[in-house]
Amino acid sequence: MSEPAIEAIDVRKRYKDKTALDGFCLRVRTGTVCALLGPNGAGKTTAVRILTTLLRPDAGQVHVAGCDVRADPRAARHRIGLVGQNASVDEILTGRQNLIMFGKLCHLPTPAARRRADELLEQFDLTEAADRSVAGYSGGMRRRLDLAAGLILSPQVLFLDEPTTGLDPRARMDVWSTIKSIVGTGTTALLTTQYLEEADQLADQIALIDAGRVVAEGTPGELKAQVGPDRVETVVRKPTLDEVFLHLTGQPTTTQQIQEQAE
Amino acid sequence: MTTPSTRQPRPHADVLRDTATLTGRILRHWRGRPVSILLGLLFPVLMVVMFGYIFGGAMAAPGGKYMDFLIPGMLAMTMLFGLESMVVSVTNDTAKGITERIRSMPITTTAVLAGRSAADILNSVVGLAIMIATGLLVGWAPNRSLLQALASVGLLLWLRFAFTWVGIYLGLLLKTPESAVAVQVLVWPVGFLSSAFVSPDTMPAWLDAIATWNPLSATATAIRELFGNPSWNAGGWANQHSIMLALAWPAVLTVIFLPLAVRQYRALAA
Repeated sequence: MSEPAIEAIDVRKRYKDKTALDGFCLRVRTGTVCALLGPNGAGKTTAVRILTTLLRPDAGQVHVAGCDVRADPRAARHRIGLVGQNASVDEILTGRQNLIMFGKLCHLPTPAARRRADELLEQFDLTEAADRSVAGYSGGMRRRLDLAAGLILSPQVLFLDEPTTGLDPRARMDVWSTIKSIVGTGTTALLTTQYLEEADQLADQIALIDAGRVVAEGTPGELKAQVGPDRVETVVRKPTLDEVFLHLTGQPTTTQQIQEQAE
Repeated sequence: MTTPSTRQPRPHADVLRDTATLTGRILRHWRGRPVSILLGLLFPVLMVVMFGYIFGGAMAAPGGKYMDFLIPGMLAMTMLFGLESMVVSVTNDTAKGITERIRSMPITTTAVLAGRSAADILNSVVGLAIMIATGLLVGWAPNRSLLQALASVGLLLWLRFAFTWVGIYLGLLLKTPESAVAVQVLVWPVGFLSSAFVSPDTMPAWLDAIATWNPLSATATAIRELFGNPSWNAGGWANQHSIMLALAWPAVLTVIFLPLAVRQYRALAA
């Protein structure tokens, strides 16, 4: 088997008063999409920030695209793309200016940076808005530009930190189809999300994270099967990922209970 | 889709090019938000009008017209205002996620910070040009040689250079644009507790001491001397050695705050 695209072993990270990652382990095969799924505060963003070199772990080993991110973060940065929650674009510049600038910062020669910006604008359906300031973009357009900025170097591993948070359902579907077309070309991707449907839609593999560690891993089907056999319901149906999630994080599992809790 | 390939890595050339790219980014903001940038540049002009014409009548300038005393002070003050705009700009980048994006790319700390500093210096050249033009319009004039006038501009930019590092450090330390407001407020007492507007010997003794040794006073007094404008005579040693202090103070600030800024930037990963 080839080397995994992402491998994290027993990663620990403590902030002043709170443990964010507590023995986090994850392995993502090259060419697959893994969703890191968990509630707010579970450690998803901390995990992504460590995997993308933005944060140093207190302990543990982290390899991404064959690079040891603790020993050689700069090499890793050449091979990864980051999109989402925290990484963003310059609002005052136009979409095109942003992509050319990030292209140059990826050390593309200027003409290549311009060509790449044109290609990405086309690919992400932003050609028309290319020369307008990003401040006037809709949430979906901005996220697509974000995605484009993360793809300038055709990264070996793409990190998507809650790529659809804050988007309306239409924009979310848009971003999903864009992500599907990117990962369809064989890019390895790690996606964090609170939306179980998103994980179901996009991922080959799901890792459930709770209190700073992965508590369950598998394909969407496998995870559903883990909960399935023990269920007693009047209607025969498969559990949804929402139920899987709540079961594994120790919260109520029936739809009725979820509704009760919501009220 | 083509797969773009990067050039062979050339570390030194890359640092220079990245610095230029990041400097260019800040300068492009001019085109993106001309009004707010213009307002920032015109604010010191407004101050000249306020202090020169509204308070000026009641101000006694030591040995000359108050306007001739005020303009060099305001030029130094304009350098200080750069500190708050730097803090606002750095905290905004953090809030909007640009800092994270840039940190996830293969760019050195040197390029990121040098780009900031260089862009600010270029902005301050424009700010200085506007202020000098304003000064000339209201009747102020340098009375010595061109060389001495250029030396004054050099001292002002040297002070600004030091302030860019203070600003980058505070911006990275404070993180949120909301807390940057604190800096905007604190800039005022620092500015007023100097010889920028009045001669420090008119202040109570303890304030006089602070104002006399304020780095801003050193630069203001030094350029008054170089421009041949009326200055203040008290202050003893500090006043007489103002040019030396105007060279030394920014060096001291840079030696302290440049490493702090670098450390703070690297500490974002902690």
